[in-house]
Amino acid sequence: MLSFVLRRLGTMALTMLCLTIIVFFLINLDPNLKKLAISQTEMHTSAEQLESWLAGHGYRQNFFVRYGQWLGVLPKQPVTDAATGKPAQRFSFCNDPLVPTFSGILQGDFGCSTKFKTTVASKLFPALSATGILMLCVLLVMIPISLLIGILAGMREGSRTDRTLSVASIASTATPEYVSGVIFTVIFASWLGWLNGSAASASQGITFYNFTLPVMTLAIYGIGYIARMTRASMVEVMTQQYIRTARLKGLSFGSVVVKHALRNALIAPFTVIMLQFPWLLTGVVIVEVMFRYQGFGYTLVEAAGNNDIDLLLGCSLVSVFIVLITQLISDVGYAFLNPRIRVQ
Amino acid sequence: MQVEYISAFNVVLGVLGRFWPVWIALAIVMGASFVYKKKLGLYGQLFDSGVGIVGVGICLFWLFTAIFASTVAPFDPLAQVPIMKDALPGGIEPASKLIYYFGGDKLARDVFSRMVFGSQIVLIIAPAATGFALMVGVTLGLPAGYYGGRIDTVLSFLANLVLAFPVILLFYLLVTPGIMDTPIPYAMAGLFFLFPIIFFSVLFWTRYKNRPDRLYILLGLTLVLGGWVYVGLVFDADPLKIVHIDPNQLNIFVAVVFASSPGVFRIVRGLTMDIKTRDYVAAAQTRGESPWYIMLWEILPNARGPLIVDACLRIGYTTILLGTLGYFGLGLAPESPDWGTAIKDASRLLRSFIHPALPPTIALMSFVLGLNLLADSLREQSMKD
Repeated sequence: MLSFVLRRLGTMALTMLCLTIIVFFLINLDPNLKKLAISQTEMHTSAEQLESWLAGHGYRQNFFVRYGQWLGVLPKQPVTDAATGKPAQRFSFCNDPLVPTFSGILQGDFGCSTKFKTTVASKLFPALSATGILMLCVLLVMIPISLLIGILAGMREGSRTDRTLSVASIASTATPEYVSGVIFTVIFASWLGWLNGSAASASQGITFYNFTLPVMTLAIYGIGYIARMTRASMVEVMTQQYIRTARLKGLSFGSVVVKHALRNALIAPFTVIMLQFPWLLTGVVIVEVMFRYQGFGYTLVEAAGNNDIDLLLGCSLVSVFIVLITQLISDVGYAFLNPRIRVQ
Repeated sequence: MQVEYISAFNVVLGVLGRFWPVWIALAIVMGASFVYKKKLGLYGQLFDSGVGIVGVGICLFWLFTAIFASTVAPFDPLAQVPIMKDALPGGIEPASKLIYYFGGDKLARDVFSRMVFGSQIVLIIAPAATGFALMVGVTLGLPAGYYGGRIDTVLSFLANLVLAFPVILLFYLLVTPGIMDTPIPYAMAGLFFLFPIIFFSVLFWTRYKNRPDRLYILLGLTLVLGGWVYVGLVFDADPLKIVHIDPNQLNIFVAVVFASSPGVFRIVRGLTMDIKTRDYVAAAQTRGESPWYIMLWEILPNARGPLIVDACLRIGYTTILLGTLGYFGLGLAPESPDWGTAIKDASRLLRSFIHPALPPTIALMSFVLGLNLLADSLREQSMKD
C-alpha cells in the first residue's frame, strides 16, 4: 500500500512538472508576451519600446532558464537598470531580491502578479480560502441531497419514484452552471426577489441572502451525476443474495436498506464524489464570474484575461494539484473502504 | 414611434407556426420510424420507451431547426432594427410587420432568430468534434488496450496529463486570439485530422488486403476525400473552395477535440482490455489474423454499444463546452448567435431585462437533455440484450 502511494506521488510529481512546462510554454508564446507588454506600458508604445520592456524585465531570457527560475532550481537574477547599470528590482511592488537567489515554487515563492501589483501569494491564498468556503457549502448541500435521491431511486428499481427521480437527475446533468445560474437568478432574484443576484458582498460577510444562489447553481449540476451513480450502485447491491437472505429471514424492508444495503452501496459514490472535484473547479470559475464572487475562479479569469504570467501559473499549479490529489485520495480511499479490492 | 405588441397567446401560436417545416419533417421521420421500428434494429427499439421517444424527438427537433433555420427564423440573426432595442416579446417590427416573438436584445436583434441560427453552430461543431474525438480515441485506445506494456503506459500518461487540466484553464490557454498567430492550432489540427484518414485506411487495408479490386477503390476514396477535406480544413487551401473553416472556429474545434479525446481513449482502452480476453479474439489470433484486423474487425464492433452511448453523452457535453466557451467570450465572434454567447450577453443585463436570457438557456438545456435521454434509453436497450 505504501509503495503504491509513493509510486502514485512520483507519477503525480512528474505530471505536474510536465503540465507546468506546457502551461509555461503556452503563456510565454510571443503574442501573449506582447499583450502583457502592451498592457504594462503606456498606450501607443512603439515595437522597440515593447521589446526593451520585455528584455528589461527578464522576459527575453532562455525559456528553460526562466522555467528553472520559476521552479526554483536556478537562481533568479535581478535585472540591470539601463540608466545606472546597477541591479534593480524587476517589479517594485514585489520586493524582489537584489542579489541572485533561489526563489521559486520549491522555495515557496509564487512570483509576482502584474495585474494586481502584488505578490501572487498574497492574492492567490485569500482567493483560495474564499473558494474553499463556497466549495464547503456546495458539498454540504450536494452530497446529502444526491445520496438521498440516489438511494430512494435505487431502492426499488423501476418504480414510479425511481423513474421520476431518474429523469430529474438526467435533467440536472443537462443543466450547466451558466444555464441554471441564469434561470435561478430570473426566478429567485428578478421575479420573487428573495435572493441577491450578486455575491459580491459575500466577501464582507456571508448571508443566506447573498450566498444561496451561487451554492445552488454549483450544486445542481453535480447532484444529478452523483445521484445516478448512487442509484446504479444501489440497484446492484439490492439484487445481491445477502439482501434476499435478510428479507427472507423477516427483516423489514427499511431496516434491510439501512443496515445491509447502504454501507455497500455508498462505496462507489465516494469515488464519484472525489472525481467530481475537477468538474466543480470549472463550475467554480463560471459561478464566481457570474455572481461576482472574489474567489479562485475569479482570480483565474482575471489572470488569464490580462496574461498575468506568474498568477496564471500559480492558479494552474493549484488546480492541477487539486485534480491529482483528489484522484489519489479516491483510489486510496476506495481500496480502504472496499476490503475486496487491495492494491497490489 | 411606439412598438405594438401581440398577446402572449398569439406569441405561442406564432412561434409554433414558425416551426412548420420542422413539424412536418419531424412528423414524417417519427411516423416512418414508428411504423418500421421492427426493422430498424437498435434505433427502432428506442421507440419502445417513452424516454427514448422524447429523446429522439428533441434531438431531431433541433436537427431540423438547424437545417431549416433560414425558413424558420423571420429575421437575419445579425440584423439590427433600432426601434426594437430591448423590445418585449411579441413586438411588431414596423417596417416588415414581422414579429419579434421573443423580443429584442440590447443591440436590437431578434432573440428568436438568433436562437434558431444558434442551433446551426452547435449542431455542426458538437457532433463533428465528437466524431473526431472518437476517431482519435479509438485509433489510440485500441493498441493501448490490446498491446498493453510500454505503448499503454506512454499513451495513458499523456491522456491523464490532458485530463488533469481543468477544462476551463485549457480553453483559456488554447483558445486565445494570440495563439492564432502561432502555428500551434494548425499543427494540432494537422495532427488530429490525420486520425480519421489513418483509421479508415487501416480499416479497409486489414479487411480487403487480399482483394485488391475492392481495396484500391476504398483506399483511393478514403485518401482522395480525406486528403481533400484535410487540405481544406488545415491549410484552408481547398482547390474547389467548398471546404472552408474560419481560423477561430478551427481553433475552437481543435481545442474541443483535444479536450474530449482522452476521455474516449480511456473508455476504448478499458473496453479493449475487457474484450481481448474473449474466445472469439483467441480464435482470430489462432487463425493468424493480424493484430490490427483483430482490433478493428473483432474488438471494435463488439465495443460499439458503450461507445454509441458515450458518443451521445459526449455530444451533449461538447454542447455544454461550446456554451462555456461562448460564455467566457473565447474563440467565437462577439456577435455570433451561438447560445453560449447569447447567454453571456443576456446574463449581464438580467436586472433590467430577462427575456433575452431565457430562449438560449432553454434551447441549450433542452438539446442536452434530449441527448442525455437518448443515451439513457440506448443504454437500457443495450442492457436488455
